[in-house]
Amino acid sequence: MDRDTLHKFLYDMLLARAFEERAAQEYSNGNIAGFLHLYPGEEAVAVGVIHAAEPSDYLVTTYREHVHALVRGIPPRQVMAELFGRRDGICKGMGGSMHLFDRERRFMGGYAIVGETFPVATGIGYSVALRDLPEAVICFFGDGAVNQGTFHEALNMAALWKLPVLFVCENNHYQIGTEIHRHSAVVDVHKRACAYNIPAEKLDGMDVINVYEATRHALTQIRAGNGPQLLEFETYRFRGHSMADAGNYRPRAEVNSQSGRDPVDTVIHEAEIGYPTQAEIAAAGPDLVDQLVCHVAAADHFNEQHIDSVRREIDKVVEDAVQFALASPPPDMQDARDSLYCNRKHETLLEGSQHD
Amino acid sequence: MTETLMLWQALNRALDIEMASDESVFTLGEDVGLYGGSYRVTEGLYAKYGEWRVRDTPISEGGFTGLGVGAALTGMRPVVEIMTINFALLALDAIINMAAKIPFMSGGQFPMPLVIRMPGGVAKQLAAQHSQRLEHTLMNVPGLRIVVPATPQDAWWQLRQAIASDEPVIVLEHELLYFEKGEVDLTTVPPPMHQAIVRRAGTDLTIVSYSRMANLALSAAQQLADQNIQAEVIDLRSLSPIDWETCAASLRKTHRLLVVEEDCRFAGTGAEIIAGLTERCFFELDAVPVRVAGLDMPTPFNAELEAASIPRVEDIVAAASQLAGTTPRPG
Repeated sequence: MDRDTLHKFLYDMLLARAFEERAAQEYSNGNIAGFLHLYPGEEAVAVGVIHAAEPSDYLVTTYREHVHALVRGIPPRQVMAELFGRRDGICKGMGGSMHLFDRERRFMGGYAIVGETFPVATGIGYSVALRDLPEAVICFFGDGAVNQGTFHEALNMAALWKLPVLFVCENNHYQIGTEIHRHSAVVDVHKRACAYNIPAEKLDGMDVINVYEATRHALTQIRAGNGPQLLEFETYRFRGHSMADAGNYRPRAEVNSQSGRDPVDTVIHEAEIGYPTQAEIAAAGPDLVDQLVCHVAAADHFNEQHIDSVRREIDKVVEDAVQFALASPPPDMQDARDSLYCNRKHETLLEGSQHD
Repeated sequence: MTETLMLWQALNRALDIEMASDESVFTLGEDVGLYGGSYRVTEGLYAKYGEWRVRDTPISEGGFTGLGVGAALTGMRPVVEIMTINFALLALDAIINMAAKIPFMSGGQFPMPLVIRMPGGVAKQLAAQHSQRLEHTLMNVPGLRIVVPATPQDAWWQLRQAIASDEPVIVLEHELLYFEKGEVDLTTVPPPMHQAIVRRAGTDLTIVSYSRMANLALSAAQQLADQNIQAEVIDLRSLSPIDWETCAASLRKTHRLLVVEEDCRFAGTGAEIIAGLTERCFFELDAVPVRVAGLDMPTPFNAELEAASIPRVEDIVAAASQLAGTTPRPG
């Protein structure tokens, strides 16, 4: 793993954690209302998968998608302002926490009806395949989504027509409060893909490097025209389903056992031990030794001070995002009408016939 | 240039010309390709445009309608055919939660150039699960446009306009109209997609209708003329948005309103039309507006009961003559 990539992982995972914890705080402060689904515990999946994608690849996400949006590059200010329901939010306050969209960055939406991401991603994949473009579509879903009909309908069509879709299961083992053994007859999500001849594997979703490598491999296969793939990442959400959920249905022992597998701690650990060993340098071959030595010498290592400085930087970014959101005006009803009729602009309606 | 076409042929020609002129237009649905479409609407297109642009789908209404939504998000212009509106109930999530809401929820970022064609209505003894209309279900969804062509001319115009629109458009086609013939002017610039048309001018009452019932209303108007009742017949052509002004202008002349709808009466399209026009024209009205509508029951299989469950020409004539304040002449 090269240092720059590792640094990006480190930054995004720390940002993800800090952003979500702050969102929870702002919810308690009354600045965010409605449903708020937070991602702590699952960061390695979004960070690893999205970094493995090209910027031209499309992302289709669920309602637990703030982190995906941040990793894709939507400025934290615009994400936070959307959570606050303000006019400067990425969707002008029309979508909210569960419906982040950014057309420019090919962030094709947060979908809040479980199972919707499958057909949307398949449709985007269809348009990519029809035009014979090199792009791929990444479709996120939770373990609870696999019992919706859309999962089976979309996987069938994606496989039938060899569409460039990577189905990514964020398996946190719970559909809100119902544990996977109580909602699925087959608890290994990846096994279901065999019904549609889709290659699939189950992987540790708490290790960002692992997630990244697996995703890169899958995307290479997809871009080679081999059709869809499915990756099941085992992960864990540390919080309840939403801010309205304390998560009391999960045994204390289970929660404690998972907190030892914090993906943010893991990436810090990876960073701290990120020095190439003598053996690694030697294994790189004689021609690359100088290069590696220069690289290591020229750059600071990820020591504790460095990580602290990243944390301080992120604290500033998150604070700035909150201040930006607070300062942003609320949208007015004309903004809502403009959003609703955004695609009517080239047509003149008859007098008095528009709904109002 | 005018040709005589059946309604299915007008739709077929519209689809063909749009596919020829814009490569982002494609169609998909059950049996639209090799088989040529249940009502022949896509006949010949598979051979001409290939399987990627005329896609036979599995029986997965929710899945392939949602696929259309996804494709539309990237600027494609999918024309989804749902074999009948009854099956669209399986696709309501894609239609209502996605197509109608994504442009709005994204703050106006995304186009939704999606067309969903659905045959529907009471046909010939197809029984309760294959005889629904459901337009009121979709009318209640902000963000959708709904067109209801009753003639080959409107089928030709409105399908082309629907495909060109960046908004999601539902095209409600009536199963009994596919093989109706009509003159189609293929060159004239069409009226706006949602504009209502006065199909017959009259002075004594206004009959507002749409789809197959607009044709029945015209037949009724001819019979009413024999009774010296001049009915003005308005074909709405679009149920969302509704062209209120054309209706209101008519009421300012006739002062009496009759609405004819094939769908069930309760909480239906007619209720909205009467409410909307009463709000706009209350002081113009000389009589309580009247609805002739389908019965509030699932469609019976038995032919006689089926026919009696929806408006017939004689029902429209009876209601209209009563509303006009005259009694039919004997004989």
